[in-house]
Amino acid sequence: MNYEFHWNIVFQKMPELLQGAFVTLHVSVLSMLLGIVLAVLLAIAKMNNIKPFSSIATVWVEIARNTPALFQIYMAYFGLGAFGIHLSPYVAVLVALVFVNAGYLVETFRGGFQSIPTTQYHASKSLGMSSYQVYRYIILPQMFRRIYHPMTNQFVWSILMSSLGILVGMSELSGETQRLQSLSFRTLEFFIVAAFMYYVITKLVLFSAAMISKKLFKGEI
Amino acid sequence: MINIQNVHKSFGDLEVLKGINLDVKKGEVLSIIGGSGSGKSTLLYCINAIENIQQGNIIVDGIDVHHKDTNQDKLRQKLGMVFQQWNSFPHLTVLENAALAPRIVSGLSKDEAISIAEKELIHVGLGDKFDVYPTKMSGGQQQRLAIARALSMRPDYMLFDEITSALDPELVGEVLDTLRILREDGMTMITVTHEIAFAREVSDHVAFFHQGVIEEMGTPDEVITNPKKETTQKFLSKVLT
Amino acid sequence: MGSLFTPLSWNDTGFILTGILNTVTISVVAIVVGSILGLIVGFIRSESNKYTNALLGSILDVLRSVPLIIQLILFSTFIGILGYNMNPFVTGSIVLSLYTMAFMSEVFRGGFDSVHGSMEIASRSLGMTYWQTVRYVRFPISLRAIFPSWLGVALSVIKDSALVSVIGYMELLRTSEQLISRTQQPLEILIGVGIFYFVISYPLSLYGKYVERKMAV
Repeated sequence: MNYEFHWNIVFQKMPELLQGAFVTLHVSVLSMLLGIVLAVLLAIAKMNNIKPFSSIATVWVEIARNTPALFQIYMAYFGLGAFGIHLSPYVAVLVALVFVNAGYLVETFRGGFQSIPTTQYHASKSLGMSSYQVYRYIILPQMFRRIYHPMTNQFVWSILMSSLGILVGMSELSGETQRLQSLSFRTLEFFIVAAFMYYVITKLVLFSAAMISKKLFKGEI
Repeated sequence: MINIQNVHKSFGDLEVLKGINLDVKKGEVLSIIGGSGSGKSTLLYCINAIENIQQGNIIVDGIDVHHKDTNQDKLRQKLGMVFQQWNSFPHLTVLENAALAPRIVSGLSKDEAISIAEKELIHVGLGDKFDVYPTKMSGGQQQRLAIARALSMRPDYMLFDEITSALDPELVGEVLDTLRILREDGMTMITVTHEIAFAREVSDHVAFFHQGVIEEMGTPDEVITNPKKETTQKFLSKVLT
Repeated sequence: MGSLFTPLSWNDTGFILTGILNTVTISVVAIVVGSILGLIVGFIRSESNKYTNALLGSILDVLRSVPLIIQLILFSTFIGILGYNMNPFVTGSIVLSLYTMAFMSEVFRGGFDSVHGSMEIASRSLGMTYWQTVRYVRFPISLRAIFPSWLGVALSVIKDSALVSVIGYMELLRTSEQLISRTQQPLEILIGVGIFYFVISYPLSLYGKYVERKMAV
C-alpha cells in the first residue's frame, strides 16, 4: 500500500472539526427537545382520540417510520422549495430530525404508558389520591423508567443521522470533514478522525446516560 | 444396575454430596427423600452426567459415567429423566415432543418414531392429545407428556426429580398414577420426592438424604415407618403433619 | 401542479425503475448477508464466555457508533487508495452488510439468550448432542422471539440503502435527485419516491405487528 499518512494537517484543523462536532451536538439536542414536545402532544391526541389531531398523529407516525431519514431531509430542503419555503441546511436537517424523532417517540411514549398495569391506577385511587397525584407520583415516574432507554437510543440515532447534513452542505461534523478534506486532499485521514469522533461522542452519550440512570433509578423498574 | 461409589460433588466451595454409596438393581424402585439442599436432586444430575463429580464413580451397566472416554450423549439414551418443571418443547405438538428424540437421536424412521411415541402417550393417558400444543395443557398433563417423551427413548432406567412438587394438588394424583403403572411394568426407577406416603407404597428401598450424606437407607418399613436415626424422625415428623 | 408527470419521458421511467431495482437489490443482499453473519455472531456471543463476548461486542459497537455515510465514504476511499477498482454496488453491499450484521447480531443474541437453559437440559437428557439441541429445540424456539426485531432491522436497511448513493450507486433516491435537477419539480418526484418506500415498508411493518400479537397469545 503506497500511502503516506499525513495526520498533522488534520490536527491543525482540529478546532474546525470540533466546531462541526458542536453543531452536530446542538442540532441533535434541539431535535430531541422539540421532538419530545411534539411527541407528547401527538401521543395525547392519539391515546385520547382527539379528532382531527389523532389522525394527523397516526399519519405523521407512519410516514416518519416508513420512509428514509434522507428522504425527510430532501423534502425539507428541496421539496418545500415548491411552496416557496427555502430553508437553510441547518434548519432543513433540524426539521427533518424533529419530524422523525417525534414519530418514533410517540410510539415509545404510548408503549411506555400502556405498559403500566391499570392495577397501579386502581391501587393509588383506593388510597384516596386524586387523578393528578396518581399521574404525578405513580404513573409518570414508572413510565419514565421505561422510556429512558429508548429515548437515549433515539438521541444517539439523531447524532448519527445528523451526518446526512453532509449531503445538503450543512456544517456539522461530517459536512466540515468533507469541506476540509476537499481542501487538503487528505480524505482518508480526515474521515478516519471523523469516524473516531463520532464513536467517542456516541460512547460519551451512552456512558453519561448510564450514569444518570443509576442516579435517578435507584430501585428496580 | 447402577453403582454409585463414594461420590463427592461440590459447586465451587460448597460440597453438596459428601461420599454417597448406593446401588440400584434392575427392576428396583428407589425413593430418595430429604430436605432441600440435602443434595438429592444433584445426585440425579450426576447420574446422567448433566453435572460432573469431583470424586468417586458412577457405573451404569458397567459403564463409568464420568470417564473421559465415555460417550455421554449415548449413555443418556439409557437414562430417562423427568424434571420438576416439565420443560416441554413449546414449539412442537405433544406427538412431536415425544417423537423427536427417537427420530434424531436413535435414528428411527419417522413412522417408527411416531408409532413408539403414540404408544407411550396412550400409556400415560394422553391418547387424545397428539396434536395439541403443550402450553394449552395443564401442568399434570405436561408432566405426563414429559414422562412419555422420556419413555419413548426406551430407557433402561428412569430418574424423576420431584416431578409433583410444582403441580397444583389436584393434579398430583394423575402423575403418581402414571408412576404406579411404570412400576407395574417393571421399570427401574429412582425418584426424588416429597410424597412420603407414595414413596412408602411403591418403593423397594428408601434413602434419606441429610446435608449431603445418606443418613438412613433401607426398606420403606425400616426408614419411613420405623426410622432409627433422630434426624430421620425429625424430618418425617415435620413432613408428615 | 397541473402538469404532474408530463416532463417524465419513457427514458425517465426506465431510469426510475433502474433506481428501484438497485434499491431492492442492494437491500436484499445486505439483509441476507447481514442476517446470516448476524446469526453466527449472535450465536457465538450468546454461547461464549464474557471475554469473547466483550471483544466481539466492542467491534460491533464501532459499526453501530459511526454513521453509515461515514463508513461508506471511508471504506470506498480506502479501497481506492489500495488501488482496487470496485464498483459502487460491491463496495456498498459490503459496508451495508456489515452494518446490518452489527444490528442483526444483537437481535439474534437476544433471541438465543431468551431461551431458558432448561430447554437444553431437557434435550440433552433425551440423549441429544449439543448441535441437535441447537438445531431442533433452541433455535426454533428463539426464532419466534426474534422475528419482530429482525423485521425491524430489515426495514431499516431498506431505508438506509438510500445512503449508498453517496458512493455513486444509482439507487432510487439518487436517480430521483437527477430527475429533480433536470425537471425542477422536486415535490412531485420526491413524493413519488416517498410513496415507493412507504408502500414497501408499511405493509411489512403491519405484518410484523400482526405476528407479534399472535405470538403474545
